[in-house]
Order: sequence, then structure tokens, then C-alpha cells
Amino acid sequence: MKLGLAIEELHRSENHLAHALLAASDRHKTDHEVFHVARDIARWSQDHVQALAAIGADYGVELDADPADDPSLLAGLRQKAAEAVGRRPEPGMLMLADLRHIHREAAGVSLDWELLAQAAQGTKQKELLELTQRCHPETLRQMRWANGKLKASATQVLVS
Amino acid sequence: MQIDRIAEPWGTRTPYGPGEEWPTRVDTHLADGVAPEDVDRWVQSATILHSNGDGLDIAVQDGEIVGVRGRAEDRVNHGRLGPKDLFGWQANKSPDRLTKPLIRRNGELVETDWDTAMDAVAGRAKELLAEQGPSAISFYTTGQLFLEEYYTLGLIAHGGIGTNHVDGNTRLCTATAAAALKESFGSDGQPGSYTDIDHADVIALFGHNMAETQTVLWTRVLDRLAGPNPPQVICVDPRETPVARAATVHLAPRPGTNVMLMNALLHEVIANGWVDEEYVQAHAVGFAELQKRVADHPPELAAQVCDVPVEQIREAARIVGTAERLMSSVLQGFYQSHQATAAAVQVNNLHIIRGMLGKPGCGLLQMNGQPTAQNTRECGADGDLPAFRNWSNEEHVKDLAEVWNIDPMQIPHWSPPTHAMEMFRYAEEGSVRFMWVQATNPAVSMPELGRIREILAQERLFLVVQDIFLSETAQLADVVLPAATWGEKTGTFTNVDRTVHISDKAVEPPGEARPDLEIFIDFSRRMDLRDKDGQPLVKWDDPEGAFEGWKECTRGRPCDYTGLSYEKLRGGSGIQWPCNEEHPDGTEHIYVDGEFWSDPEYCESYGRDLVTGAPVSPVEYKALNPSGKAVLKAAEYLPPHEIVSQEFPFQLITGRTLYHFHTRTKTARAPQLQKAAPEVWVELSASDAADRGFTEGDLLEISTPRGRVEARLRISGIRPGVAFLPFHYGYWDEPSGHQPDGERGRAANELTMTDWDPASKQPIFKTAAARVERLEKSTGTPSAAPTTTASRPVSGDVPPTVGGPAASATEELTTVSGGTR
Repeated sequence: MKLGLAIEELHRSENHLAHALLAASDRHKTDHEVFHVARDIARWSQDHVQALAAIGADYGVELDADPADDPSLLAGLRQKAAEAVGRRPEPGMLMLADLRHIHREAAGVSLDWELLAQAAQGTKQKELLELTQRCHPETLRQMRWANGKLKASATQVLVS
Repeated sequence: MQIDRIAEPWGTRTPYGPGEEWPTRVDTHLADGVAPEDVDRWVQSATILHSNGDGLDIAVQDGEIVGVRGRAEDRVNHGRLGPKDLFGWQANKSPDRLTKPLIRRNGELVETDWDTAMDAVAGRAKELLAEQGPSAISFYTTGQLFLEEYYTLGLIAHGGIGTNHVDGNTRLCTATAAAALKESFGSDGQPGSYTDIDHADVIALFGHNMAETQTVLWTRVLDRLAGPNPPQVICVDPRETPVARAATVHLAPRPGTNVMLMNALLHEVIANGWVDEEYVQAHAVGFAELQKRVADHPPELAAQVCDVPVEQIREAARIVGTAERLMSSVLQGFYQSHQATAAAVQVNNLHIIRGMLGKPGCGLLQMNGQPTAQNTRECGADGDLPAFRNWSNEEHVKDLAEVWNIDPMQIPHWSPPTHAMEMFRYAEEGSVRFMWVQATNPAVSMPELGRIREILAQERLFLVVQDIFLSETAQLADVVLPAATWGEKTGTFTNVDRTVHISDKAVEPPGEARPDLEIFIDFSRRMDLRDKDGQPLVKWDDPEGAFEGWKECTRGRPCDYTGLSYEKLRGGSGIQWPCNEEHPDGTEHIYVDGEFWSDPEYCESYGRDLVTGAPVSPVEYKALNPSGKAVLKAAEYLPPHEIVSQEFPFQLITGRTLYHFHTRTKTARAPQLQKAAPEVWVELSASDAADRGFTEGDLLEISTPRGRVEARLRISGIRPGVAFLPFHYGYWDEPSGHQPDGERGRAANELTMTDWDPASKQPIFKTAAARVERLEKSTGTPSAAPTTTASRPVSGDVPPTVGGPAASATEELTTVSGGTR
């Protein structure tokens, strides 16, 4: 069985996604909705990381339950940089790029959850299946957020 | 009978029992020395300094407004008026009204003529359209104009200019009302009716201090409470409001925890089997999801998170869970707090799972804050498409383009409309370069004022302000357009229970001030906006023409006005929409028999994710709700974005007082109202004050990372750990004009944070962390906060708020046949 491997991969990709969300949040501190919502939903990925670490033990993988943390010094720097350019239009393009990146990361995580759910179903792993059912919808919501926000912001950024 | 209506804001009781007609009481106030027989004419109108929509007549003598009288035959107020209505009209003839257009020359605003001013406005708009296109142009309107004006503005902005940047200050006030209704019922439009108060056995007010925000509606509740078989009242509010004092159960949750509290109430209702299963089965989708979500929000958890006794949560749940006729209303305590839409939607959920909709007494109101906010939303002046059309439904856009006789491509609908906070953000980063503000005052009413002032003052932003006074915002403008106001122009407007009133012109506007509608049409002509046949885009030149145009736009839509006319609205009571051939006398209850407007082809919105705000796609919505049922939408609790710390230990909330409206532009110019609440104050609880050795009247500094305010302390019945500041006070009547004089200001919004609800885009004014320090000990003088309201002192040595002879109004108790509709 390669369930452990799938869990490990998902643990890694959720950590990445949380990091991508938090970094984008910091980079766009002056874009208040991105700043707050990205933080709110990064919490979902961090929660998934914890849950995966907890269940990983049952499948022979040892994973860190603490989400890979963003060093606060870097976060602070990014926020300061965001404030410094908050009066200029250029960060708009960077935001579109960040949202696109988040969408792709989340799509990857979503596929990883699907793989894990399939495997859990195939091997009748009830607890694992329930975990995928709880977490996967949140990944989809992260994806839709990036998509929706991209759609709402793109016109103003590109036509102005 | 004469009564001091500053000291007695709700007047004399006229008790009545369930199912009975609310007795009539006609309230009148006339200028000193004017007797009723001196009045030349009484001109029909309705109230405009709050959202209740009370019918009134304006008294005119020698071409001037000399007073007001409630309309006995009106279904809303049965003759009553509130203090703001009785005295606020005096502001119309204030000597500092704007009477000539102003234009900025060499850094100073100087008087000019209309042609110069409007050419400057249209000229700049044309320049920017040529250079950048419609994305440079924005309109920020209000909840205080008339329907005809909003509809015309929406047509010009969406259909003519083609910009997506249109919003109103309703974004700060009741965007969440609209959003919550769209989430649950697929469309804006209030399920409730004020008459539900006459029938209800339980009245639940969620973050709604009705006693101060809608005084006449609260009078109706007080009269029920004084009569036989009174209703039970549930109050959710961190302050000890007059509603809390009248309540059977008062829940005072920690600010920012409304979703947790609501989920616990729903948890109890479901766990105890108080669900109308038949109704839910037949008329709703999403119950399983809701049940699952609230299962992990038991009262014990909520008691901890919200810091409310668990027995109180259980008791409140029992009362709403076993009510036979439940009437609920929601306002800023939910709308302007963390997770606004998610919390407001849970109140809808309560009514849906209890089957409490569409029947007498089972009213649900997502309350409005401003007199004409409903019209801002209906007419599309909040950025939505008019008559509750769905921007993501191609057929609706096509249909609107036909009504307007333009190409559908001309109507921006590629994404949700730009909300006010985003509009200011675009102005901050420089892509919005033209902003036209009407009848509102963002330089005082928006969060984080230091930032807002910087945005508005930018050289690169062309700022047009259309107002009746030189507000803080107007002082920053490039062009100021003097407008006529209520009583000086004709139009219609609609209150929260869908009652449409006409407001006729009573007197001439001062100087060269013009009705807002005329200004918009003038702009349209100067811009030469045309339809696809080359005819003028705006096809009317007076209010009645605009109303007729609007009627056509509403045909077949939820807010159907086709059965109304100016003639029909004159003489009697206001009339509730939908009013059409099928319902010629209007409609008291919508959603009768569980019929909603949520069909995928008909609905105004497919909804949004309550946490992320991402719009739900048409495909997802059709899968979720193929047959137009009510949608039970569950929400998880999220901790607030700014939490208290050692440095900032208080939770700061801002709010209203009974005697003022918005940024006091009118109410401070009515002597009785200004005297009742002359200056800003801060409220703390007795225990917090005692801990720090503060006493009543101490001068305190309240600060957050964003700014500082000074205010005198009122020790009130507010929840410990929470500080309250009224948001009405700005700087126009201070020497500094539009900003703080020195390092500390008095506008509450110096302190608030820039953050908004992702679903409704309503800014959050009630979840910030603050520090409080004493600047100066009181010399024995108390703070000037009113004693009649939520700011009532807990110590006994504060003189009561009274108005004296100047605040005397007449009450006449009569019975009028056919008083209700």
C-alpha cells in the first residue's frame, strides 16, 4: 500500500498552499480583502496539515503536525514593501500572478485529496475517507476564491 | 396633549393586544409661534432621518417649512413621528446651506455658476473616458436620495458611461441586509411587514437597537408590551439598550462572535425538535448541511466563545424555538460586525427551519438604516443591476438592455460590481481618477479616516461632491454642486417593509440649489449620452417621468411597481410593493406558502461563499437549488481579524444615538437634537471604570494602531471589556474643518480598521482592539451623552436629558377608520 506516500505528498502540498496564501496575504497588505481572506483560508490548509500528520502515524509516516511556519521577519518585510508601493498600480499585476499561483497550487492539492479519497475508498479506510470528505471541500473553496478574486480584479488591473 | 419629545422619545403609550389594530396618535411640531390654523398648506411626504418611512405632512407658511405632522392614515406610523422627524426639518433653512456651485481655483473653493461647474465635471469625465475609458470613473452615492434619482444615476453610470464602479453608502449600512436576503431567498426584498408586530408572540432583535434607530417602530413594540398578552422580546446586543431593558432575555455576546451564538441557537432549536420538518422538506434545501454544521456548535461552546451564560442561550433558544408567531429583525450589531452576512443568514435560517415566513406575525426584516437605502439597492445605485436583475444571468442583462434600448455589451457585467471599499482602493492606487460623491460624507463615515482623507485629497483624483452643506468631504472637492433636499423636490422612496411613499415638493430650494435629478440629467445631456437609436439615453426630464420609466424596468420583477402611480400614492397611505395588476393595492406578505424568488432563471443572485466571498457559479447554483426553494446556508465561526492584546485590551464598537443621523449634517442644525447629544462620548462598563479609577466625565483618549480620539467617559450598562463610541461626530463644526485639530480627533472612524465582510463587502466597524487612557480627571461635570438611551448612566448623579419648552410636541389620540391597510 502506498497510502502513506499519498498522505505525505498531500501534507507537503497543503503546507505549500498555506505558505502561498500567507505570502500573498503579506505581499498585498494594502489590498485588504486579499490580506484578510487569504489568512482566514490559509488556516484551513494548516488545519489539514495537522490532521494529516495525526492520521499519518496509522500509515507509517511520521509528519510534522506544526504547519511549516512563515518566518515573521519575512512576513513583516513583505508587509512593509506592500505598504511602500500601495499608492502605485503596478502591484496589481503581481496580485494577479499570485492569485493564479494560488489557484494552481490549490488545484494540485484538490487532485491530491481526490487521489487519497479514491485510495481510502478502495481500501475501505473509513476514518481516512471521512478526513478527505471534511477537507477536500475547503480546498475547492480556496480554489474558487482565487478564481473569483482574479476575475473581479483582472479588468481594472488590465484596462487601466 | 403637549409632551417633551426629547425627554420622551417614544411619547405616550397607546396599549393594544395581539391581532388588534395599532391605535392612532398624531404627533405634530410647529415652529414657535405658529398655530395649526396659520399653516397655509400641508404637503404630503415621509420621514427621511432614519429608515422607518413614517408618513408625514410638511406644514408650509409663506413659502417656508414651519413644521411637520404625522399622517394618521399611514400604515407605517398611524400618525406618530420620532424626535428626529419632529425637529430635523429646521436644518432645511439653515443659513449655511450651499446655494451656489463651488469650484477649486488656486487651491481654494470659490463660487461659480452652474454652467462652469457642470462643464468642469463633464469635461473631466470626457477627458478620462478618452484617455483611460470607463474604468477611471466612479460614483459614490447614498441612501438618502429619491428612487427617481437613483434609477437615473444607475442608467447614466451603467448604461451611458459603462462603468462598473457604482456604489452607495448603503455599503456601510445595509449591504449585508441585501446580501443575506440574496443568500437565503435568491433575491433582495423583505419577507416581513411592520404589521407583524401586531401579531407576534415573540419579537427577536439581533444587533438591532430599534428603540434608537427606528423610534416609531419601537413605539409600536412598546404599545404591544403595554397591552394584554404582550410578546416576549429577545435582545442580542453588547450594550444595555432600551431594547435590552425591555427584553425577556438579553444576550450580550463578546463582539465578533455572532455566528457562534446563532449556530448555538440553531443547534438547540434542531436538537429539541422545534423544526417545522414539513415546511423544510417542501420549501428549503441545505438542511442536512446546516444540521451538520451546528452540531459542533453546542451552547456550552458558545457560552465560552461568546462569554454568555449557557442558561441564557438555552432560554433564548427555547423562546424562539417554541414561538407561534416569531418576528425578527437584524441590524448593525450583525451587519457591521465580523462575519456579517454569515451571522445575518443564520437569522434567515431560524425563520426557514421554523416555517415562520409569509404569515401574519411571522415577519423577518433585515432592517435598513437609511430612509431610501431600499431604493439604492432596487434601482442599481449600489452597483447591482436594477429591479433585482442578476448580473451573472445573460438573459437578465439582455432584458435590461432592451428596457434601456442599448447594446447589452454596454452594460458592465463581467464581474460583480465594484463595491465602495474597492472603489476607494482603486482611487488609492490611482486607477480611479474621477469620483462623484452624492449626499454622503465618506471623510467621516468610512473606516480608517486618516487613509480616506489622504485618498480624497489626492491631486490626481477629480472629486465632485453634491450635497446640501459644505461637509468634511465637500471641503476636499474639486467641484461642489449645491443640491435641493427633502421638501424642496418631488420623488418617491421605499422603506424596509416595501412601503412606497411620495414626497412632494413643499418649498423652493435655497439660492441656486437644484434637485439631484436635474443635476444628473444635466450631466447626461452635457455628456451627450445616447441610446442605440441615437436618442437621448435619459428619456425623462422630471420625477414623474423617471418614475414611469422605473415602472417599466420593474415589470415582472420581484419589486414590481407597475401598479403604482404618483396619483395613487397621493392622499392616502404608503403602498407596499409588489404592486401590479394582480395586486393593485400592494402586497403585505411575500413568500406566502413557501413560494420564493430563487428560481435559477429568476433570482437576483446565485450567492457567494460566506467565508471567501467567491461568487457561486450559475452551474453550482442550479445543482444546489434547481426548483427555487429557500437556501439554508451554514457557516463556520471564524475568530475576528483584530483581537485584544495587552497593548490594546478593549474591543471597540461604534454606533448611533437616537438624536443624530449619519454625520449630523442635518441633526446638528436642529437645536433640540444637537442639545440632546452635543458632543462625542465614550462608554465603558462600571467594572472597567472602577478597575482603572475612572469616573463619569473623565476625559479619555481612545486609541488603536490607526488613530486617537478624545472623549468624555459615560459609565453605562455596556458589556465589560467593550468600549463604545458614537460615529456621528466629525469636524465641520470645529475650527479645523475637515480633520482633527491636533493629534486627537473626535470621529470614531479615526480608529476603525479597513476590513470588510467578504460576502456583503460591508466594512466592519464593530471589531477593533483599542487602548483607553485618562487625559484629564473630571471636575464633576458628567459627559454629555443622552440619559434616555443605551448611554443611560449607571450612576445616579447625571442630570436627565430633557428638551424643555422648545422640544414640546403635540400628541393627539384619535381613532381613524381605515387606518391600516
